[in-house]
Amino acid sequence: MYYLKLIFKNIFRHRLRSILTIVGLVVAILAFGLLQTVVNAWYAGADMASANRLVTRNATSLVFSLPAYYRERIKAIDGVTAVAISNWFGGVYKDQTFKNFFATFAVDHDVFFDLYPEFRVKPDELLAFKKDQRGCMVGRLIADQHGFKVGDVIPLTSPIYGGGTWELTVRGIYEPKDETTVTRQLYFHWDYMNEQMKKRFPKRAESAGVFIVQIADGSRAAEISQAIDREFRNSLAETLTETEKAFSLGFVAQTEAIVTAVKIVSFVVIVIIFAVVANTMAMTARERLAEYATLKALGFPPIFVAMLIFGESVLISALGGALGILLTFPVAAGFKLAMGTMFPVFYVTGQTVAMQVAASVAVGVLAGILPSIRAANVRIVDGLRYAG
Amino acid sequence: MKIPFSYIFRNLWTRKLTTLLTAGGMALVVFVFAAVLMLDAGLKRTLVSTGSLDNAILLRQSSQTEIQSSVYRDQASLLETMREVAHGNDGTPLVSKETLVLTQIPKRGSDKPQNIVVRGLPALGIQLRPQVHIVDGRWFRTGTSEIVVGRSIADGFEGVGIGERLRFAAREWTVVGTFDGGKSGFDSEIWGDVEQMMQAFRRTAYSSVIVRLRDRQALGALEGDVNADQRLILDVKREPEFYAEQSKTLSTFISILGLTLSIIFSIGAMIGAMITMYAAVANRTTEIGTLRALGFRRSSILSAFLLESVLLAIVGGIAGLTLASFLQAFTITTMNWQSFSQLAFGFDLTARIVTVTLVFSIVMGLVGGFLPSVRAARLEIVDSLRAA
Repeated sequence: MYYLKLIFKNIFRHRLRSILTIVGLVVAILAFGLLQTVVNAWYAGADMASANRLVTRNATSLVFSLPAYYRERIKAIDGVTAVAISNWFGGVYKDQTFKNFFATFAVDHDVFFDLYPEFRVKPDELLAFKKDQRGCMVGRLIADQHGFKVGDVIPLTSPIYGGGTWELTVRGIYEPKDETTVTRQLYFHWDYMNEQMKKRFPKRAESAGVFIVQIADGSRAAEISQAIDREFRNSLAETLTETEKAFSLGFVAQTEAIVTAVKIVSFVVIVIIFAVVANTMAMTARERLAEYATLKALGFPPIFVAMLIFGESVLISALGGALGILLTFPVAAGFKLAMGTMFPVFYVTGQTVAMQVAASVAVGVLAGILPSIRAANVRIVDGLRYAG
Repeated sequence: MKIPFSYIFRNLWTRKLTTLLTAGGMALVVFVFAAVLMLDAGLKRTLVSTGSLDNAILLRQSSQTEIQSSVYRDQASLLETMREVAHGNDGTPLVSKETLVLTQIPKRGSDKPQNIVVRGLPALGIQLRPQVHIVDGRWFRTGTSEIVVGRSIADGFEGVGIGERLRFAAREWTVVGTFDGGKSGFDSEIWGDVEQMMQAFRRTAYSSVIVRLRDRQALGALEGDVNADQRLILDVKREPEFYAEQSKTLSTFISILGLTLSIIFSIGAMIGAMITMYAAVANRTTEIGTLRALGFRRSSILSAFLLESVLLAIVGGIAGLTLASFLQAFTITTMNWQSFSQLAFGFDLTARIVTVTLVFSIVMGLVGGFLPSVRAARLEIVDSLRAA
């Protein structure tokens, strides 16, 4: 016990230096945790994906649509329980900044919310939405961001579908089931959009962006995907069906370079703080060489001296690390607020905390190795002579 | 009286490990800082060099990208008759009617398909882009299923070597050449004959029309004429302006993320410098007293320690910049959100970035060294001489 006390006393001998080192550690561990959370946020859509949902899209590329009548043919395939069209509407609210961005989809209003049980909807609101052809459902996140209430009219323009300003009435607000659920989307009637298209650009009517396919048994996903694609092989629009997770991960893969860069940088910050802590420990050990020699002269074994400095390094890192981890939670919450809807899902996972713990322990251990070896090996005569 | 520079330099030299660790930490921060600036500069250069001041691009009104746009054949023909359009030696109007689609190709070394731009254009379209030239093989022949690929595509993706066949839009396309886009966005595209592409993708409208202006000032007149003609519901933009808009989101994202990181990291590095300099002051208390007794002023002591800290930072800054300059050999390919397709761009080290980075590291040194230097300057002669 007195051993620990001695280390504690040692830490606060150079109060300013120790505090600065700990502050540095806090900043680094905090930054590391935030960056890891950003990386996790990138995968938000994929985390939310259900094993019971498949996505069917045009095989050439997502920007090509599929004929809407495919819906009935997909529904007839064995194992499929429900199918909903979902078109990326690309709606722009106010202007095209990150701040005002949210996703807008035109969907089959009668089945869509049955396919997504993770969106909690009030039955009366859902009914109102189904009845109003120009109605829409908005997620909790955008409702809070822009203060939308039931009955509000949201004006949207779409660079994809054109047609001036589309005015949609909020008929309901859906809530997330848990923190992995993304509620940054607005859903409205595909039928409404289709009718507008028929009037304005008849050639572009009756088209589906993707089909969301619900299957009864998640373990049959591969087999059913193949069955769907076989159905449309050699047709004018061949399809590509994959699980919702694979579909979302495809999006992530497109921006993989950025995710990789953020990951690399999150480890660079640990290396930087390692340099700072190692420096502190090297200086501390150098200053105390005379002391270590005295301890040895009194008969303490080299391992005792080594553990003294090593323990100090680990303890400082543990203190800084613990503070950093504690701060991560409020800072992440503040960051989420500041970024608006850019990261619809942003929370610190257990894995991130575990990595933070591992990083601070690693920094403490690595930074302590060299100085403790040096302290253990100091010759009593040299140490006593050393002026610091 | 000034303290000789060699004294300052030798102080850093004697404590090699500490100097190395502190400068190393700073070097990493500078590295990240410079890397972000270089990436942003690289992205901007790529997109700016994609456009030419002599060209204007016409898209369907309110569509922000070529993918979203459609220009009908009759509209495109009308444009050829505009008086602002330049004519070639044989009298043909320099107008390139192009179609743009996305297809998916796996990145080299991974099986994840990425969105790639396929541009269909007439032979005239190549003429309008003087920075593009073939480096391997030959151009595609009009009226055939031949394609040429940009350099970044040839380097980064599977199955696009000369003689290989790509399958998309229910057709086999033979790669007959590789072209160099002069580090422009065209390096990330696949080019083929426009009429073949339109047939294969079953398109009836072009995506965009590029016109060479009679002279650079003619843009305003062209815009006026297009707006006056009710048949042309098109937006007119100068090419460089259009491409700069294309990168706005990605560029904003890179700078915000990068600057946030640099600020957080620099806190760590400044703390490192502060610890080092405080230790330097503490170790040399007697020395400082001696210097003062010899007649050096407080201000000389202050500037000597500040200079030492700045010197440390400059060493770190130069090391970080040197590291970052190696990044110029790398290319990053990621999705440009606005055009929804992959864009390759490099790290660009400009003179401005070198200056900004060095200033940044000097500021880190000044801020980190200021408080310790003040402490050194404030020491009383008697106390400090007695300290040992």
